[in-house]
Amino acid sequence: MASSFSRILSSKRKIQILSLVGGSVTAGFLLHRDHVSAGGVPVRRSYPASAEYPDLRKHNNCMASHLTPAIYAKLCDKATPNGYTLDQAIQTGVDNPGHPFIKTVGMVAGDEESYEVFADLLNPVIKERHNGYDPCTMKHPTDLDSSKIHSGNFDAKYVLSSRVRTGRSIRGLSLPPACTRAERREVERVVVEALAGLKDDLAGKYFSLTQMTDEEQQQLIDDHFLFDKPVSPLLTCAGMARDWPDARGIWHNNDKTFLIWINEEDHTRVISMEKGGNMKRVFERFCKGLKEVERLIQERGWEFMWSEKLGYILTCPSNLGTGLRAGVHVKLPRLSKDPRLNTILNNLRLQKRGTGGVDTAAVGGVFDISNLDRLGLSEVQLVQTVIDGVNYLIECEKKLEKGQDIKVPPPLKYFK
Amino acid sequence: MPFGNTHNNFKLNYKVEEEYPDLSKHNNHMAKVLTKELYGKLRDKQTPNGFTLDDVIQTGVDNPGHPFIMTVGCVAGDEESYEVFKDLLDPIISDRHNGYKATDKHKTDLNFENLKGGDDLDPAYVLSSRVRTGRSIKGFTLPPHSSRGERRGIEKLSVEALTSLDGEFKGKYYPLKSMTDAEQEQLINDHFLFDKPVSPLLTCAGMARDWPDGRGIWHNDSKTFLVWVNEEDHLRVISMQQGGNMREVFRRFCVGLQKIEEIFKKHNHGFMWNEHLGYILTCPSNLGTGLRGGVHVKLPKLSTHPKFDEILTRLRLQKRGTGGVDTASVGGVFDISNADRLGSSEVAQVQMVVDGVKLMVEMEKKLEKGEAIDSMIPAQK
Repeated sequence: MASSFSRILSSKRKIQILSLVGGSVTAGFLLHRDHVSAGGVPVRRSYPASAEYPDLRKHNNCMASHLTPAIYAKLCDKATPNGYTLDQAIQTGVDNPGHPFIKTVGMVAGDEESYEVFADLLNPVIKERHNGYDPCTMKHPTDLDSSKIHSGNFDAKYVLSSRVRTGRSIRGLSLPPACTRAERREVERVVVEALAGLKDDLAGKYFSLTQMTDEEQQQLIDDHFLFDKPVSPLLTCAGMARDWPDARGIWHNNDKTFLIWINEEDHTRVISMEKGGNMKRVFERFCKGLKEVERLIQERGWEFMWSEKLGYILTCPSNLGTGLRAGVHVKLPRLSKDPRLNTILNNLRLQKRGTGGVDTAAVGGVFDISNLDRLGLSEVQLVQTVIDGVNYLIECEKKLEKGQDIKVPPPLKYFK
Repeated sequence: MPFGNTHNNFKLNYKVEEEYPDLSKHNNHMAKVLTKELYGKLRDKQTPNGFTLDDVIQTGVDNPGHPFIMTVGCVAGDEESYEVFKDLLDPIISDRHNGYKATDKHKTDLNFENLKGGDDLDPAYVLSSRVRTGRSIKGFTLPPHSSRGERRGIEKLSVEALTSLDGEFKGKYYPLKSMTDAEQEQLINDHFLFDKPVSPLLTCAGMARDWPDGRGIWHNDSKTFLVWVNEEDHLRVISMQQGGNMREVFRRFCVGLQKIEEIFKKHNHGFMWNEHLGYILTCPSNLGTGLRGGVHVKLPKLSTHPKFDEILTRLRLQKRGTGGVDTASVGGVFDISNADRLGSSEVAQVQMVVDGVKLMVEMEKKLEKGEAIDSMIPAQK
């Protein structure tokens, strides 16, 4: 395994240079034109870029906002060293025009190099999605030192559960939209081997989706751990559900407080959670677990995809940076009826979701409250923001209980 | 999905067993044929347009199938797929099309005058008659592989050809992406409008990409001849009308198809056809004639007779509900059509429908009178 890995790396570096100097499209009549792309293998193009440019007039997503005909023409003949193309990256955004009120990202990365090869499109998309963060000039801070967190133990009368999640990608292997079956299986092998080295409160077990027993499946459903084949067209149109359920699985520790999804929307999704309001402890376990897993894969010659500009590299540009969503399920029955709630949340840099997760409604005044931001702020900063914000919301709820009025807090600054 | 050629070459860095799909829980034609050895033999091949083995089989890998229904589990991305991947597709074609051999020749007969009868199916029983087929335009890749530019090129050519028709074929094209609400409503009421495919058999093969770009519906003014553009195939051609005059439906079908084909030939883009596989379409199940000729027929008594399915099999017919494939029959009304596509001609297949339905209506009438039908049960055709 290690030898094939190094073989791939060396050939990738070689052809990386070729792909970045790939030629542009010459206009002309309808002829078959062969272009030498990465690896010296021709890619057939019969039509000029203008005939291939997607119709985005009814679209409302970040990709559609920034993919001009000029950028399309510049990038449409390029491919990453693995052969991932612009058309593949934007397919999900072309197929899903979006919602008039929710702006989706509309594109994905097929591998780490996508963020370089298609930077002319991805940079403006990243800028729009992440509050003006400019990958060309800015650096992303990574900070997994949980000792810096304060006041992270919420009143359990209000906070029912606490959770922190992120994603990690294995450098050298393509991402879910583009990975081959062999690559996906390699991700599974690398991660499961590493997880087997976890000890004590982190010791656990892997459940492969292809081999789990009916009993194991039922237990995982009851624990709310089991993830299903993606049905959202945002994901399926990007090719992330191919070959399901091959090489997909769930790992969790025996205490059921630390959980890893393998090969769903990212190589790995890492989740730390527990009932009640001890967000500090949840984050401590999160950081400890992540650092342990990283150490274990490094022992075997692997590493996570990370760069100074973009932080942790994940499939969806919306998850760059920390890839972190820290949140609580919190009971705010009175505040939920207050018309100022959305402004308060926005100013605290928080978002609300229903307790079923994204795209669900709140039930019984119980909300999922989590951080809005991902990139440009560190993990510690984001978790502290959630803690400070949730504390504020609980104070508001208590005030309303006593018949007092609440104040809308001033908006937080984006990049500190 | 149209992965670049480089992507396929990149996979070759991995061993065959590392890339070979897990088909242990699968039940489709592709899974029956694709051994690890065959995968290893074909995986470095691609058509001149860059369609690869993994592109061919992706839909079959993603859709293990149903324990009782055997799906095909693979598609063609272009005409050359049937050559380049013949070691996989020939056995599948043989299995699906009654033992059709790699050396067999397929007969095309679109001369409607060769059909005997067909104009006298009892309208008290036969509510409507319909014949459909597909056509692919030479020089373009097929829906699983086509780019937006190609799909638009197909649409442009098709619209040019169709709008030049006159007489009984004079009509209008409605592109999906610029249809008005009123037009959409009318097309739905006429049962003409096709929707974005939701079946994972189609979406996993990449046929719904860029929807609704380059897709549309053309029909003649009298609403008896209809063409779908860029749905599961380049063109789906449909002739239909109320009542039991299958002969007239088939006449219009043949005449219309031949007029359209002439126009495409003039533009140097004839239909994909060869003497071994007949008309080339996206799904191997539609090779040959690509023809499904059928009726909606009331058979409440016959359909509950214990020998109904056997009668259908012997007549080389299949039943569906009136909502089409995978629907149930309502009120004893069935969609009855030919089961075969490859190895017999259009005339022969429609003849089987005409003769078979006529016989079944006779049987229904006998059962109404309380008489037995055992002597009428035919031998296997």
